[in-house]
Amino acid sequence: MSTLFFIQFLNGLQLGVLLFLLAAGLTLVFGIMDFVNLAHGSLYMVGAFFCATLTFWTGSFVWAVLLAIPLTALVGLALEMGVIRHLYQRDHLDHVLATFGFILIADTLVHLIWGPEGIAIPLPEYLQGQVQILPGVIFPTFRLVIISCGLLVAFGLYWLIGRTRLGMLIRAGASNRTMVSALGIDIKTLFTAVFALGAVLAGLAGMLIAPITEATIGMGNDIIITAFVVIIVGGIGSMKGAFIGALIIGLIDTLGRSFLDDILKIFIPVNAAETAGPAISSMLIYLIMAGVLAFRPQGLFPPKVR
Amino acid sequence: MTDTTSAQLNQHLRTPDLFGSASGRIITLVFMVILLCVPLAAHFLGVRLQLVSLDFITRILCLAIAAVSLNLILGFGGMISFGHAAYIGIGAYCVGIPAYHGYESGWLHFPLAIFASAAFALVTGAVSLRTKGVYFIMITMAFAQMGYYFFLSLDEYGGDDGLTIYSRSMFNIINIENKLVLFLVTYACLVASIYAVYRIVNSRFGMVVRGCQSNEARMKALGYNTYAYKLTAYVIAGGMCGLAGALLGNFTTFISPDMMGWSRSGELMFMVILGGTGSLFGPVFGAVTFVFIEELLSTFTTYWALPFGVLLVLSVLFIKGGLNGLIQRGWRRD
Amino acid sequence: MLKTTGIAALGLALMASASYAADIKIGYVTTLTTPAAVLGNDMKDAVNLAVEHLDGKMAGKSVEIIFEDDGFKPEIGKQKTDKLVQQDDVPIVAGYIWSNVLLASAKSVFDAGKFLISSNAGPSQIAGKLCNANFFSTSWQNDQTPMAMGEVLNQQGVKSLYLLGPNYAAGKNMMTGVERTFKGEIKGKDLTKWPSQLDFSAELAKAKASGAEAIFVFYPGKAGGAFIKQYQQAGLKGELDLYSVFTVDAISLPKLQAAKLEGVLGSRLTQQWDPTLDNEANKKFVSSFREKYKRYPSFYAAQAYDTINLIASGVEAVGGDMSKTDELRAAMAKADYPSVRGKYTYGKNHMPIQNFYLREVVADDDGNWTTKVVKTVYENHVDPYVGECPLAK
Repeated sequence: MSTLFFIQFLNGLQLGVLLFLLAAGLTLVFGIMDFVNLAHGSLYMVGAFFCATLTFWTGSFVWAVLLAIPLTALVGLALEMGVIRHLYQRDHLDHVLATFGFILIADTLVHLIWGPEGIAIPLPEYLQGQVQILPGVIFPTFRLVIISCGLLVAFGLYWLIGRTRLGMLIRAGASNRTMVSALGIDIKTLFTAVFALGAVLAGLAGMLIAPITEATIGMGNDIIITAFVVIIVGGIGSMKGAFIGALIIGLIDTLGRSFLDDILKIFIPVNAAETAGPAISSMLIYLIMAGVLAFRPQGLFPPKVR
Repeated sequence: MTDTTSAQLNQHLRTPDLFGSASGRIITLVFMVILLCVPLAAHFLGVRLQLVSLDFITRILCLAIAAVSLNLILGFGGMISFGHAAYIGIGAYCVGIPAYHGYESGWLHFPLAIFASAAFALVTGAVSLRTKGVYFIMITMAFAQMGYYFFLSLDEYGGDDGLTIYSRSMFNIINIENKLVLFLVTYACLVASIYAVYRIVNSRFGMVVRGCQSNEARMKALGYNTYAYKLTAYVIAGGMCGLAGALLGNFTTFISPDMMGWSRSGELMFMVILGGTGSLFGPVFGAVTFVFIEELLSTFTTYWALPFGVLLVLSVLFIKGGLNGLIQRGWRRD
Repeated sequence: MLKTTGIAALGLALMASASYAADIKIGYVTTLTTPAAVLGNDMKDAVNLAVEHLDGKMAGKSVEIIFEDDGFKPEIGKQKTDKLVQQDDVPIVAGYIWSNVLLASAKSVFDAGKFLISSNAGPSQIAGKLCNANFFSTSWQNDQTPMAMGEVLNQQGVKSLYLLGPNYAAGKNMMTGVERTFKGEIKGKDLTKWPSQLDFSAELAKAKASGAEAIFVFYPGKAGGAFIKQYQQAGLKGELDLYSVFTVDAISLPKLQAAKLEGVLGSRLTQQWDPTLDNEANKKFVSSFREKYKRYPSFYAAQAYDTINLIASGVEAVGGDMSKTDELRAAMAKADYPSVRGKYTYGKNHMPIQNFYLREVVADDDGNWTTKVVKTVYENHVDPYVGECPLAK
């Protein structure tokens, strides 16, 4: 039982870091530009498809990731400069609706370009196997790679935001947008850079999950809502909040899926428990979000000055 | 130019001219008559065109009622609910679940749908209204998602597969099994909802709710318990949308948790915005246009979502005040 | 501006309604958007091939197939079915990949007194309590294929099993099916969120920890490919043997081959059809499908091809007069047409009584991954729900 719990903990951690990659970009864009981007999940999908095509062109997954990152950044740049820039001044309602439209556009474009069937990404031999972490605990290598990548990015962002000039501007922007521009900072370029950074992080998340599932149409539409839950729980604009929120949500979702139906079976008929288990564990994360919003609307770890 | 100034002026009048200009009023009236007569004509002349059929228009009317109810809180109260589809689902399940157990009376279904939706709105609204702005958007979505997963977990009622309703609600005076009757009932419900919204927003109560939208702090300073006012409006909108759900459930005779997914709530919001927030008939224009375009595009191409998405983005960028705004301004761009 | 748009829209609408002057119109509902479109497109190709083989005619009359997209959702499937029944007034609506879409749509078709022919979905309800004389299937009842798999597991001496599948009508039926015939112990069962869940890490870990000898899965479409990959990445081959139904097919195999997932070679599945089945109709179907579309047909395609030929046999029998519904029904109930699975008959619920085979994934002479028949598991197998069907034979 404890071995299973440990493995499920790792699985939850893997989902958590994946959510963090998505939530990090979302929370930056939300926190700094005050822009609600439902289409963030489409960048996740686009990253996965770029990576898939490039894997077949270059014959190497690693090269594909390295090449797909700048490509996803370009898509992010184009999107920001083409349309999203014109929406910053609008209210949240317009953001939600316009980016809702983008989801439809992105899904259909991917269908037109890559066809409906999705692409399976082959992994190199050394990532395909498993590692023994502890006696009896065997874990897929690639899932460990995802966890390490996520932690590495988290550390990189921590450094970027805490120690660099760009980070300083980002922090300043998250606390007080008007003041930053009043100080003569080129806020337009800052916004574009932040949006592109968010796009890259989302794309990277897509590239990392695609070899496990597949690059498929609409893959971002479900996970983006979960990513929103993460940033709300963590506190909008807060990188630390996004990180901890993502781990909490990832663990709850995975542990709920693995143990809740067994617990429910004690109380209700087996068949009903099989159906109710996964649904209730999905409900759990929204329950947490509603709880946080009701009692601590600014989130668990809000950015310091607001 | 004069139109805009008069519109701005209207904001400060005690009873705003919700119908807009005289020409706008005529267009609105003609539109509502068309919505009633064209499907009736198509039905009696035996025209087999989906886009003017009773069934298709009935579906639009159900969604229009939902949009009208959302507009009450979104357009007049400034409460951006991203979970309004939840009430459609609750209303529909209030028809489906009793019918599944053999209780087929509409006198049970409809009051239950309205009451259950209003109750859900009361509980979730009481919590949600403690938050503001984007947090409100997100918490309403969270509650709707909880509802979605709740119905998903009900194995007995089909879970993910949904529930087929084998006979529509029974009333002792009318038979809504007949699609003509169902259409007329739905149309009457739509007109009644619009009238209800008209009465509400022009009452003293509605004034306070609208006041909260433009300046809540001022309303508080004037001594109003704005929370209670907003919550009441939220509950009324929920109940009204529950009615739409019960009608929709009866119409489709098939209900599933998909009816209350977040993208459905997004669509309802879009109908309201497209039609024009804070106008009486705007949501109806929005619902009709939205469903009509969606249906039309999907007739021509599998890739209908592409032009549809482009239209969505363009309309957000360029149509200010929604279709209703266009109509009221008498087709002039200003 | 809006006025002109309105007029243009109305014009377009009228154009859309002016359909071609075909004598016999058949509605076909399948999935043409979302990732599941790959299954729908395979069926569409097969339907078009079948019509081509009939020279576009049934009983000397021209045939038109009206395809509609269910968007992978029961609600939309129902709307499209309503449109076919009411606007296009088709006498027959066919297709349906998904059991939940079929269940949502069936009432509309039956209430209008039209025929519904399933090319794939076979939910238990429609075979049992909700059976209808106007329903025909050219596939199977959901429980049957996993029942055959349960039998295979018994023969292989498998003692304990873990079950995994998606949480929707067909997923539940598949689980029931294998539980009907498998004699060993069921160590555990998981139903996952359908169709959005594609990461099965938690479930695979549970299955492994349960100590079961083998795992039985049902994941149609893209989820199948994803499952096979994760099964291999988790290194479960040899520890937890994989037995599947409708998970590995001609659509997922080329993708798995491209991703070099050799683990799937040699895995076994049960089905009522295989591209190597030795009969004239099948040889013609498989060779012309491969020639025209440059790939192996999937079982979805095979069933869709049969659907059109079943309809053709009925239409021939009534001389193209679709108003003779009783004669049409009686003719189709004979299943008197060259099916690609070989001869089969219909039970009173109009579910096929047919053979089920054990298939194995192999590489063909050109190195393409496909399947071959290992042996026959069931001969003339009857679905387990026919007794609940109130219809008289």
